[in-house]
Amino acid sequence: MPLLNLTLKVWRQDNADSEGRIESYEAKEIPTSASFLEMIDIVNDRLIKDNEEPIHFDHDCREGICGMCSMTINGVPHSKEQGITTCQLHMRKFSEGDTIWIEPFRANAFPVVKDLVTDRSSFDRIIQAGGYISARTGSAPDAHATPVPKADADAAFDAAACIGCGACVAACKNASAMLFVSAKASHLNHLPQGQVEKDSRTLAMVRQMDEEGFGNCTNQFECEAVCPKEISAEHIAKLNRDYLAATARETVS
Amino acid sequence: MSLDSKIPTGPLADKWTSHKVDSKLINPANKRKFKIIVVGSGLAGGSAAATLSELGYQVDCFCYQDSARRAHSIAAQGGINAAKNYQNDGDSIFRLFYDTIKGGDFRAREANVHRLAEVSSNIIDQCVAQGVPFAREYGGLLDNRSFGGAQVKRTFYARGQTGQQLLIGCYQALSKEVAKGGVKMHTRNEMLDLVVVDGHAKGIVVRNLVTGAVTSHAADAVILATGGYGNVFYLSTNAMGCNVMAAYRAHKRGAYMANPCYTQIHPTCIPVSGDYQSKLTLMSESLRNDGRIWVPKSREDAKAIREGKKKASDISEENRDYYLERKYPSFGNLCPRDIASRAAKEACDDERGVAASGLGVYLDFADAIARDGEDAIRARYGNLFQMYEKISGDDPYKSPMQIYPAVHYTMGGLWVDYNLMSNLPGLHVLGEANFSDHGANRLGASALMQGLADGYFVIPSTIAVYLATQKPGAVTTDHPEFKRVENQVNDRLKSLMEIKGNRSVDSFHRELGLLIWDKCGMARDEAGLKEALEKIPKIRDEFWTNVRIPGSANGLNHELEKAGRVADFIDFAEVLCHDALNRAESCGGHFRLEHQFTEADQEVKDGKTQTGEARRHDDKYLYVAAWEHTDPGEPPILHKEELVYEEVKPSIRSYK
Amino acid sequence: MSASTCSLCAFAKSSIGRKLIVALTGLALVLFLAGHLSGNLLIFAGRDAFNEYAHFLHNFLHGMGVWIARVGLLACFALHLIFTVLLTKENKAARTAYAREATVQAPKSSLIMIWSGLTILAFVVYHILHFTVRIDSGLADLGKNDPWGMVILGFQDSIVVLFYIIAMTLLCSHLSHGVASIFQTLGLRTKKTASAIKFVSQAYAIIIYAGFLSIPIAIKFFGFGSSN
Repeated sequence: MPLLNLTLKVWRQDNADSEGRIESYEAKEIPTSASFLEMIDIVNDRLIKDNEEPIHFDHDCREGICGMCSMTINGVPHSKEQGITTCQLHMRKFSEGDTIWIEPFRANAFPVVKDLVTDRSSFDRIIQAGGYISARTGSAPDAHATPVPKADADAAFDAAACIGCGACVAACKNASAMLFVSAKASHLNHLPQGQVEKDSRTLAMVRQMDEEGFGNCTNQFECEAVCPKEISAEHIAKLNRDYLAATARETVS
Repeated sequence: MSLDSKIPTGPLADKWTSHKVDSKLINPANKRKFKIIVVGSGLAGGSAAATLSELGYQVDCFCYQDSARRAHSIAAQGGINAAKNYQNDGDSIFRLFYDTIKGGDFRAREANVHRLAEVSSNIIDQCVAQGVPFAREYGGLLDNRSFGGAQVKRTFYARGQTGQQLLIGCYQALSKEVAKGGVKMHTRNEMLDLVVVDGHAKGIVVRNLVTGAVTSHAADAVILATGGYGNVFYLSTNAMGCNVMAAYRAHKRGAYMANPCYTQIHPTCIPVSGDYQSKLTLMSESLRNDGRIWVPKSREDAKAIREGKKKASDISEENRDYYLERKYPSFGNLCPRDIASRAAKEACDDERGVAASGLGVYLDFADAIARDGEDAIRARYGNLFQMYEKISGDDPYKSPMQIYPAVHYTMGGLWVDYNLMSNLPGLHVLGEANFSDHGANRLGASALMQGLADGYFVIPSTIAVYLATQKPGAVTTDHPEFKRVENQVNDRLKSLMEIKGNRSVDSFHRELGLLIWDKCGMARDEAGLKEALEKIPKIRDEFWTNVRIPGSANGLNHELEKAGRVADFIDFAEVLCHDALNRAESCGGHFRLEHQFTEADQEVKDGKTQTGEARRHDDKYLYVAAWEHTDPGEPPILHKEELVYEEVKPSIRSYK
Repeated sequence: MSASTCSLCAFAKSSIGRKLIVALTGLALVLFLAGHLSGNLLIFAGRDAFNEYAHFLHNFLHGMGVWIARVGLLACFALHLIFTVLLTKENKAARTAYAREATVQAPKSSLIMIWSGLTILAFVVYHILHFTVRIDSGLADLGKNDPWGMVILGFQDSIVVLFYIIAMTLLCSHLSHGVASIFQTLGLRTKKTASAIKFVSQAYAIIIYAGFLSIPIAIKFFGFGSSN
C-alpha cells in the first residue's frame, strides 16, 4: 500500500481563554487508503506515545452525516473536495511531501473550545428560536390528510439535507450563517405543514441569527461551494424573499 | 428479585388500549412538579424529552455530543416501517407484528411487539406533521418500498437519510420545548453514574466534557436512551462515541442486562483496509436488490485477486460461486442479514475472500447494468455508488464492489417491563438501549420505529405508572447518596489519570474488539467463548495498570472520555460472553456453531430447512436471559423471564 | 411607538433588512447609470444635440427636476455607502482570519466590493467637482453655454483620463457582482433564473464600462471633437 510523508500545520489552543498557535507535526508513512481523520488518529497515537497531548478534534459518525467533524483544511472547510465532510476525505487525495494546514472552523459565533473543537451551540439557539413546526405529539392528522406536491417535497428535502456542520459559516469571509438558516427555514417553509408558522419562524430565526454575531451575506456563495450536502444558495434568496414578505405582513397587520 | 414483565391481561390486540385506560394518570397541575432526567437525545431520548415536556413534566436532557441533533440515530439510511397499508397490499398491524416476531426468531415479547405495530402508524402521522420530508409520489402521497425481505411495501423513507430526517424532526420538537423552558439541554455532558436512593433510580452524576466538572442531578425518574453497545467490537457501523457506559453503570447499580448476545451483523459494509481503521461504513442493504454476491470458486483465483495478479473481470462466469443464489434459490441475494453475513464469513474462512485482507466478497452490478442500463442503476443507487467510490477509490460501475459484514445493531440491552421500566424502580430504558422488541434479530427499518414508538407514544403514558407512586421532588442532590456517588466517580477519574502507563486507550479497545469479534462475533462456540472469558480479565488488568491518558481531567480530554468508555466495554464484554455461552442454541443474531441443522436432522430430510441453518431449542431457551451484576471476578447471576407465545406458534425459520 | 414602526425598526436593524436597503439603493444607482450613459453618448451626436440635452436637464420642471434627481441620487448614494460600510465593519468583526486563507468559487470582484466602492466614491466626488461644480475656471466658463465643449476640453488631460479608466474598471467590477447581488437580495434568484442573472449582470457591467470609457478614449486617443 502506498505511504505518504506529510507535514501538518495544526492549530493548537489549550482552551477557550488561551491564545492559540500553529504547530508543525511530521506525519510519516500515512497509508493512502486511510481517511483524513484516521491520519490524525495515527499522528495522535504517536503523540500519546511521546507523552504529548493529542490533537483534539470533533468527530463522531465518520460517515458524513452527523455534522460533528469540522476542520478547515488548507483554508477550505472540509477541504477543497466537493460534497464531502472532513471524515469522508481520504489521504489518496494528497501527494508525497505535502504540507497541510489544519485549522478550526473560524467564526466568532463558533468560539474555539480546544484545538480544532469549536462551540456551535449558536445553531441550536437559532432552531430553538423558531426552526420547527409546532405539532404536539399525538395531535397529528393522518399522514395522507395533506398531500404534498412532489416538487415541494423535493425542494424541502434538498434544504433538509443540511447536517448543521457549520462549514458554510467557516467558509464565508463574513462568517455569515445565511446558508444554514435559509436551509432550515426553507425546508419547513416549502411544506404545507409549515405554512401556519412561516412568517413567525422566518422572522425569529433571522433575528436570532443576527443576535449570535454572525456576519452578513455578501452573495459570494463560498458557503454552497463547501457545503458537504451541496445545498444551493438559492435557499438564501428564498429566505430573503420570505423575510421581506413576513416583514410586510407583520407591518400591515 | 422476581422478573415481572407486567404484561397486561386480556386479548393481545386490546392489551395496550386497556393498559392505558387502567393506568393511573398524573393531574396536569402535578405534572410540572415532577422532574425527569433523559440521557441521550437520539430518536428515543429526543422524542421522549420533547413529549414529556409537552405533557408538562420538567425535563433535563443530557447528551455527550455538542448538539442533540448529532445522536447516532442520524446515520440510519434505509427507512421506517409502519402498518399503514397505504399500498393496499394486505399489510396490517397483525402482519407487522407477526413479521417482527418471526424476524426476531421467536425471542421477543408478543405484547411489546404488538404495541409497537399498533403505534407505528401514529409515528408516521407525527413525523409528517413535524415536516419530515418522506419520499412522495407524483400525486403528493407518501411512497413506500419493500425492505429487508418483507413481502409488503410498508417502509417509509427519505432518500438514503431517513434517520437524519426523523432525528431532525425530533430535534426540532425538542428545540421547541427547550425554547418554552420545559426541557433543559445539557450538551457535551456524559453520564458517569446512576444514583440509586432506597432502591429507586433518583438521579445521575455527569461530567461536563468541556470543563471537566463533575455534577449531580436529581429527578423523580431517570430515562436512559443511550443506544447500543456495538462498539464493544471496536469496529462497527456505530459512531465513534457510541458506548455502553450509561447502561453498564446502571447495570452495576442493579439493573439487569438482558440478552446481550443478540448482536446484529450487517452483511453489506465496506471491508477493513488496515489496522488504522476506525470504523466501518454501511452500504445500504437495498444494493442487494440488484447486486449479485460472489467469490471465485477456486482458492487459487481468490489468492491471485488478493495479490493483485487478477481482477474480477478475469474470472469467467463458470468459475464464480454466487453462493447465496446457490444455497438459497428462492431468496438468493435477498436472504436475511444474518444468513448473508454468515455465508460471507464461510466463503472467506474457506480462503476464497477477495479483499486484500482476505475478508471481503464481491457485490457485482454488471448484470444489472447490462439489463437495465447504467442510467437506471445510477438513478437507483447513484449516491451509494458515489459514497463507495469516495471511500474505496474504486468505481463500482466498472468493477464490482467489495463488501464484508460488520456489527451494526445490538438487540440486547437493559431489561425492561411492559412499561419500559427496568427492575430498578424509576429507571426507564428506551430504544436500542433496552432489549425489548426485536428478539434475537431486528428486521430492517424497525429500529427507527422502535426508538420513536418508545419515545413519542409509550413512555409518555407508562412513566405515569411509576410517577403516580412517587412524591414529586422527594429526593434532591442534598441526599448523601449523591455525594457518595460523586466521590466514587471522581476517584475513578483520578485513578484513570494516575495510571500513566505506556499504551493508548485505543490500543486496548482494538485488542478487546478483535477478541470479541473473533470469539463472540458472527459464529460462536463454547471453547471460543470460554477462551474469551479467560482473556478479558487479562485485558482489564493490563488496562488498569498500563493505559496512558495524557493531559488533565480539568477540561476537554478525549482520551479520558474514551478510557472510561473502554473500561466499561471490557467489563461489559464479560456479560456478553457469559450470555452467549449460556444460550446453547442458535437464534437470530446469535449463532452457536454446535447448534445448526445437519443432514441427520429430520427437519432437513423433510425439506423444512437445510444444513447449516440456525437451530433453536425452544424447549430450553424460550426465555429472556437477564443478568444481575455481581462483584468483580464473580460470574453474573442469571434471571429468566419465560416467553409465552399465545398468538404465534414458534416455527422453524426457513428462507430456502 | 406603534407595532408597525417596530417591525420596520427591527427590519432596518436586521442583516437582511440592511442588505435590502443596499440592494434597493444599488438598484437606483444602477438605473441612474443607464440614464446617465445614454445621455452622455449623445456627445457623439454632436455639439447641438448634447447641449440641447443638457439644457433640457437643467430646465426640466422649471429647473427643479435636476435638483430632485440630485437629492434623490445623493440620498441613495449616502444610504448605500453608510450601510455597506456598517455591514463590512460587522463582517470583519465576525471572524478572525485563517493562517491559510483560500476561496473556492467567490469571484474576485465580490472580494473587493468595499475597495471598488470606495474608489468609486472618490471618483464621484472628483467627477462632480470636475464637471458639475467645475472648480477648474476654464471648464466653468465653457460649462454654462457649451457643455459639449467642456467635456472635450476636460478629457484632454491624460491624468484625468487615466483616473477615469481606473474608476470605470472598478465600477465594472463592482457592477458585475453588484447587479447579480440585487437579484439575490431581493429574493429573485432561483434555479431557473440563476444563469440568466449572472449573464445580465456581467453584460450590464460591460456595457456600462464600454459606454462610459468610449467618451474619454475617443476624445483623448482618437481626437474626437478636436476639429471643432
